[in-house]
Amino acid sequence: MTDRALSVVRSGALTTVQDLGRPGHAHLGVPRSGALDGPAAALANRLVGNRPEAAVLETTLNGCAVRPRSTVDVAVTGAPCQVSVDGRPAAWSAPVRVPAGALLTVGTAVSGLRSYVAVSGGITVEPVLGSRSTDLLSGLGPAPLTDGAVLPLGTPNSLHTRVDTAPQPAPPAELVLRVTLGPRDDWFTPEAVRAFTSRTFQVSSASNRIGLRTEGPALERRLTGELPSEGMVLGAVQVPPDGRPVVFLADHPTTGGYPVIGVVRETDLPAAAQAVPGTPVRFLEIRRRWMN
Amino acid sequence: MRALPVGDAALLIEVSSGDEARTLHAELVRRRAEGSLSVREIVPAARTVLLDGLADPARLAAELTASEIPPARPRARAVIELPVRYDGPDLADVAAQWGVSPEEVARIHAGTEFTVAFCGFAPGFGYLTGLPARYDVPRRATPRTAVPAGSVALAGPYTGVYPRSSPGGWQLIGTTDAVLWDHARVPAALLSPGTRVRFVGAA
Repeated sequence: MTDRALSVVRSGALTTVQDLGRPGHAHLGVPRSGALDGPAAALANRLVGNRPEAAVLETTLNGCAVRPRSTVDVAVTGAPCQVSVDGRPAAWSAPVRVPAGALLTVGTAVSGLRSYVAVSGGITVEPVLGSRSTDLLSGLGPAPLTDGAVLPLGTPNSLHTRVDTAPQPAPPAELVLRVTLGPRDDWFTPEAVRAFTSRTFQVSSASNRIGLRTEGPALERRLTGELPSEGMVLGAVQVPPDGRPVVFLADHPTTGGYPVIGVVRETDLPAAAQAVPGTPVRFLEIRRRWMN
Repeated sequence: MRALPVGDAALLIEVSSGDEARTLHAELVRRRAEGSLSVREIVPAARTVLLDGLADPARLAAELTASEIPPARPRARAVIELPVRYDGPDLADVAAQWGVSPEEVARIHAGTEFTVAFCGFAPGFGYLTGLPARYDVPRRATPRTAVPAGSVALAGPYTGVYPRSSPGGWQLIGTTDAVLWDHARVPAALLSPGTRVRFVGAA
């Protein structure tokens, strides 16, 4: 039995294991999953010398506390929060040495929503279809963390280059999501399409890893029939019958039966992962990079 | 055939029937296997095939809409047999809607060869087509909060089997012990798009 493991002392509101996800299986109904704020997770890995595909912890809102059984390097990125080791304040967004048996506490997010905890060697729970990500929609991958759980760690990768510190974008005060219209914008009235790209919505508290739900003007449909189920991409903005747009995030279903009015550019989605309920959201219409 | 742009790197190819979607899906999978199509996801659905992770969607859109999709070559793929007990709580309702006896529902269902048109809803959940249109049934007005794993169900033109317990609104006509999804198995999904399926009634 190796001592390279992490004991979960406080799992927090929702802490999951995440890596780059499991793309390529959508035709079997398997969501992509993976860290919602990919750049923050990647930075955490770089700070401790991990490879980009190493699995990290994704906390939500109120952090977590873990106790490594061997001395490890740890970095906390994403939503800014207080980090401490055995009660002593430690750096956020920088490598921190945590001695064997010490308690690493990741505090409540000061702003933003999701913090990322990388541990040297990475979390090495058993991969499922090539990924260690927890998928909340389909239940693939490890269950969300519970108090008392033990997570295995890999061997630190001493040859990998690491950085000591790096700038991160502040969580958004207003979320501006660049969106291309379609493929089903013609299912909505012209007024609804105009409202979608000109009015301000708010992030709903019902948001989760599956989708960023919004509140605001209800988008009215022009076609009221049923849309046969069709494939969905990351960032698709689906409008259910209540007219409130939902931006599909990493754990989104791979097919859906409500019309997609537009698709958010993938590079704008990490900010969506950090937007707390009530944050204003605007959908900024852009032209596709290709247009015929 | 219409190619609808989806974001910057995806295309939704819309066709006019489920059969055409299946043919197109088979052709796209063939092109990917031979190396002439580079794409991350090929997701067939009821009337569409989604292609995601394309380097040049515009070129592919132009090429696909200008070309004839050859009919899928008959495959020597074996039929997967799923043992089933026709004991579902909605069997009598379905029998009433079809205007036949529950035994006749079992006979018709087990006498049909199905094909997995597409997957979705949950890993390993296939939308199976094959029943004639006159046997279409609506979803239940109130979905169940928990449908047991292995439930064999009907909705619209489709038959499906729940891989694990989940909420669901389909009409439950039977139960199978077949393992639809096992991530430790290769392949993890027993059913994938194009798989032929037959239900075999068990006592």
